[in-house]
Amino acid sequence: MSDRIFGIIALIAICFYAWGASMTQEPFLPQAVGPKVMPYILSALGAFCAVYFISRPDAEPSWPARNGWFEILAAVFVMVVYTQMLPVVGFFVASTFCAAYFIWRFFGTPLQAGVGGVVISFGIYAVFHLALGLSLAKGPWGF
Amino acid sequence: METVDHLLEGFAVALTFQNIMLALLGAVLGTMIGALPGLGPSNGVAIMIPVVFSIGLGATPALILLCSIYYGAMYGGRISSILLNIPGDEPALMTTLDGYPMAQQGRAGEALTISGFASFFGSFIATIGLVLFTPLLVKVALLFGPAEYLALFVLAFATLGGVGSANQAKSAFAAILGLAIAMVGLDGQTGTPRITFNNIHLYEGIDFLVAIVGLFALSELFIFLADRGKFAQQAEAKPIGRLLPELKLFKSLMPTLSRSTVIGFIAGVLPGAGASLGSFMAYSLEKRFFGKGKGFGTGNPRGVAAPEAGNNAAAGGALVPMLALGVPGSGTTAVLLAVLLTLNVQPGPLLFKNSPDVVWGLIAALFIANIMLLLLNLPMVKIFVKVLQIKIKYMMPAVVLISFVGIYGLTGSVFDLRLMIIFGVLGFLLRKLEVPLVPVIMGILLGNLMENNLRRALAISDGDWSILVSSPLAIGLWVFAIGGFILPIFVGKFFRPRAVLKDLKD
Repeated sequence: MSDRIFGIIALIAICFYAWGASMTQEPFLPQAVGPKVMPYILSALGAFCAVYFISRPDAEPSWPARNGWFEILAAVFVMVVYTQMLPVVGFFVASTFCAAYFIWRFFGTPLQAGVGGVVISFGIYAVFHLALGLSLAKGPWGF
Repeated sequence: METVDHLLEGFAVALTFQNIMLALLGAVLGTMIGALPGLGPSNGVAIMIPVVFSIGLGATPALILLCSIYYGAMYGGRISSILLNIPGDEPALMTTLDGYPMAQQGRAGEALTISGFASFFGSFIATIGLVLFTPLLVKVALLFGPAEYLALFVLAFATLGGVGSANQAKSAFAAILGLAIAMVGLDGQTGTPRITFNNIHLYEGIDFLVAIVGLFALSELFIFLADRGKFAQQAEAKPIGRLLPELKLFKSLMPTLSRSTVIGFIAGVLPGAGASLGSFMAYSLEKRFFGKGKGFGTGNPRGVAAPEAGNNAAAGGALVPMLALGVPGSGTTAVLLAVLLTLNVQPGPLLFKNSPDVVWGLIAALFIANIMLLLLNLPMVKIFVKVLQIKIKYMMPAVVLISFVGIYGLTGSVFDLRLMIIFGVLGFLLRKLEVPLVPVIMGILLGNLMENNLRRALAISDGDWSILVSSPLAIGLWVFAIGGFILPIFVGKFFRPRAVLKDLKD
């Protein structure tokens, strides 16, 4: 069943992709292979595979339980918030919260999460910014 | 003896203080990355690429650092296989078969030493093979025109699923997905935006590093999170015991090492095989033809030596087509290709002509890294064993942050970070659906090059598509591509390590 759903989603995505490709402006000078040709070939081949998934699905994969899906959704949400906050509060503060969240989700106690978050975040800041000179997001306090 | 001259020049490039220090750093980091569960050569190198580039190292030093990490991770994979029965990565899977039983018998130290030496033997000989065979392949590659290159790319994609592929349609779909992603952005030839849906962020195309880090590293986080209960209790590492096996044992292993190295190297050079198959074939050969009744699977030292020599030889062999043709044959070489492309180094025959210092410096660095890894891994293996005690709850958050740091340092764009998260989720779903990720990466890497070759071929023929099959070389490549795609459908189940292991256990 999963493969069938996958195939259907793939077909929809391919239609969307081909539609996107069809809006490409043709160049003034006609070419043997214009900018639309390759995307069209790929769309056709991809559609062929998708139809195969629908007609001959594999055995069901081992999907996570409901809790697992919830963890993934929550993690995506946390990471999106993290990317949002990076330019606002700076690398160190944002990363401390992000790391602490994941330590907590991997069964760390609140204390481990707090301390671990600060240590990991500072460690990465020290290695990558102070030692290697990588530019990280700066917050209002300069770190 | 042109090759020897080149190699000596390569050593002159590689043997500077900075480069040696980088090789050492890479070897240490790589071994640790390989030993950590959930990080292997591909995703380990993947998260390090953006970091290395943001620091701003030159082409050769960056290559030396990243290749040492790659080789180091190949060495490190065996540590968790032997001590925990958890392969650090796919190629280390076969090492668990005899390595873990040895550890259970209190011979973990010996198993680590044997496998460390086997890794050295395999990769050192394979690096010599690389020196000998790559220039030959380069000569063949010089005969290639655009049509032949196009056929070669198709061959690489068709065989990438490997002879062990379970579902060829999924491998093909993965490659198509990657190629389709590569089309996004301004078209190189005409300058018109393609499939950008007028989103200004997509005009420059999707950076393959964003895709690689998302697909390889973040998807790993989701795999761990989805099953976080299972990964919470960590296995206890077995005690090491004595490190040095008897000299007699070492001598008796030499035939095994030689055979496995040759098999592994061939598996590595051939398209569609790679390190996993190298270790699998080396182990099977040893067991079936030379090991009847020798207790394979119950802690035979030869069962540790064979797969480790095989997979490290394959890792070296896989570099041959990657450097000579610019077509990677395995996951980790695809990641290394990403390294080269980021450095604006286009592998292929021209690379050997235009910048021999890069190629030969790299090859010399591989020799140096190998010797360092041997020195690090034999006497100091106990230090690396400590890495296994790092808790997943601290490691995973660190991996996530390093992924973000690398991409942010490279592009400074929050949009790219979000794109990376999307690729992470996509990678998780694809892995669950058993759609391989390596063809996706290769598609993104090679998509534009492939299209350029198609366009060039048809520009030469003035739009006549029959040029694609007009030379014997091109026809041969197409035949191999089609054969390589169809073959696994019939023989795949004999070459799939996991499936065969399951059979053995039942």
